[in-house]
Amino acid sequence: MSGFTRTPKITRSIRLNKIATVGFYTLGILVLTLIFWLLYTILSKGLPSLSWGFLTKLPEEMDVGGGIGPVLFNSFYILGISLALSIPIGIGAGIYMAEYAPKNKFTEVLRICVESLASVPSIVFGMLGLAIFASYFQVGLTILGGAVSLAFLNLPMLARVTEESIRAVPVDVRNASYALGTTKFQCIRTVVLPIAMRGIITGICLVAGRAFGESAVILLTAGLSTSGEMWDFNLFSPGETLAVHLWYVQSEAIVEDAKQIADRSAAVLVLVVLLINLLFRIPLWISNRKLKM
Amino acid sequence: MGTPAQSFATKDELLTKPMGSNRFNRYARVHFSNKLFKFYALFSIFALCFVLGLVIFFIGKTALLTFQHVSVAEFFFSFDWTPEEGRFGAALFIINTLSLTALTLVIAVPISVGMAILIAEIAPTWFKNLVRPVLDLLVGIPSIVYGYLGLTVLIPFLREISGENLGDGLLAAALVLTLMILPTICRISDDAISAVPKKYRDAAYAMGSTRIQVIMKVILPAAGRGVVAAIIMGMTRAIGETMAVVMVIGNTAQLAKSFFSPTSVLTSNIVMQISNVDFDSPWNYALHMMAFLLLLISFALILFIRFLGRKGGDLT
Repeated sequence: MSGFTRTPKITRSIRLNKIATVGFYTLGILVLTLIFWLLYTILSKGLPSLSWGFLTKLPEEMDVGGGIGPVLFNSFYILGISLALSIPIGIGAGIYMAEYAPKNKFTEVLRICVESLASVPSIVFGMLGLAIFASYFQVGLTILGGAVSLAFLNLPMLARVTEESIRAVPVDVRNASYALGTTKFQCIRTVVLPIAMRGIITGICLVAGRAFGESAVILLTAGLSTSGEMWDFNLFSPGETLAVHLWYVQSEAIVEDAKQIADRSAAVLVLVVLLINLLFRIPLWISNRKLKM
Repeated sequence: MGTPAQSFATKDELLTKPMGSNRFNRYARVHFSNKLFKFYALFSIFALCFVLGLVIFFIGKTALLTFQHVSVAEFFFSFDWTPEEGRFGAALFIINTLSLTALTLVIAVPISVGMAILIAEIAPTWFKNLVRPVLDLLVGIPSIVYGYLGLTVLIPFLREISGENLGDGLLAAALVLTLMILPTICRISDDAISAVPKKYRDAAYAMGSTRIQVIMKVILPAAGRGVVAAIIMGMTRAIGETMAVVMVIGNTAQLAKSFFSPTSVLTSNIVMQISNVDFDSPWNYALHMMAFLLLLISFALILFIRFLGRKGGDLT
């Protein structure tokens, strides 16, 4: 047993190792506590006073008791349009990069384009939307402008998650499908996409969550006001969303209960983002369970 | 990829003969959809590049008009931002953006790389499976909510512990940004550290190293490029972040002299002023120039990451 003597140096190293391990765990626990405390703070301030009326009523400029009905509706409406615009193109681009792109200089350039687009700050997309819709087409701040600019923001992220999920599909399944005589398109549609779907849907959820809470783009392209009606499907009416409403209430509103409205809006925002991320993954968990069994 | 289609063709020819033109239609249809889909994918990726072109064109076109009204030297080196009187010195915003990013990284890098080491090297699997989704939660929180929390929770707290009248400024913004870029840096560093081959670790342990020695002397140097790439990804996020910063930074066009003086960075200045200016005014052009600068900085950082990746490629 005792062929091993502990020199002072070894003792020091071992002690240092223990201290470092404890330090890393402390750091981890502190960060986790901070995250849970944050979520708790946001939700506990807003959720208890949340009511159905608050979610559906019109906002008030002067009186206490206004709701967030139209802005909440606009949030989902703009999110829906932007996803409808960006998902087909984003997934198409991801499929191209993963399946078709040959290994050459041209593909390198395309890849740099996708990465650059992904790094463009959201405020710049807002300015782009402002330049295109408000100044070039002269339509002002509209739901359409907000949705299209938001779609621009979503595109590179969708392309990236699609590419990653498709690359993760094993080559064997592809070869098996080619051996059955499928064309490339049939192989992608019937073999590759179903396998990659799990990753793609997770990615779409992350993108949707980010787009739902995005404020800089919407603030510049869809404006700080609503048309003042519930269920306004007109693409050319101003489209303040919930995230922008939080900004508006915090910075400019003069209503007495601005503080409560802001608290509740923040809670609703976070809750919806969490729900988007959870709800869409439940079917995936279930199907994954089935596969394992 | 002609091979699979060809094999289909030969098989199909055999089948066409007895069954007539019906089979041929099917072959043509399959072949056509195959071609069409390839074009669709190509079109999609070009659409993406087109959007990038749009961004550069629309922002750049307006941005370059700035220099008809303001000299290049004034824009980049003057600290005087008084747009009402036609003085557009953006140097203070540029320096503030850089110092905010630097301060953020000073706080965020030790925490997030430490978390990444904990997840990848030290913690047991169940802890990993707990931390990763929780970090995803952090990504999901909208930036405006971070700003709102900074304003309502962090700033009163800072005011209390520092004894200053105002809590907003660089430090508040850097703390909020730290929280926002933590998952980004942590996730990518985690991947880089996990990708270090197991044999490196085994060799180091066989030499009698303790775990912290293995981490510091073997794993971090081996994963170095990946960790640097992660830090730069975090940097691009910090530089471009708008709404969280604008709520806690104070929005005063002055150089940040201390952690607690209200100030303004490129993004926050753009978002505060752009809605109120005329589209065809030097003021608006200058704001676009600032946005264009942001674009150039992010592109430069992305290219740097690619450069790192290429150099790292031949190592493994």
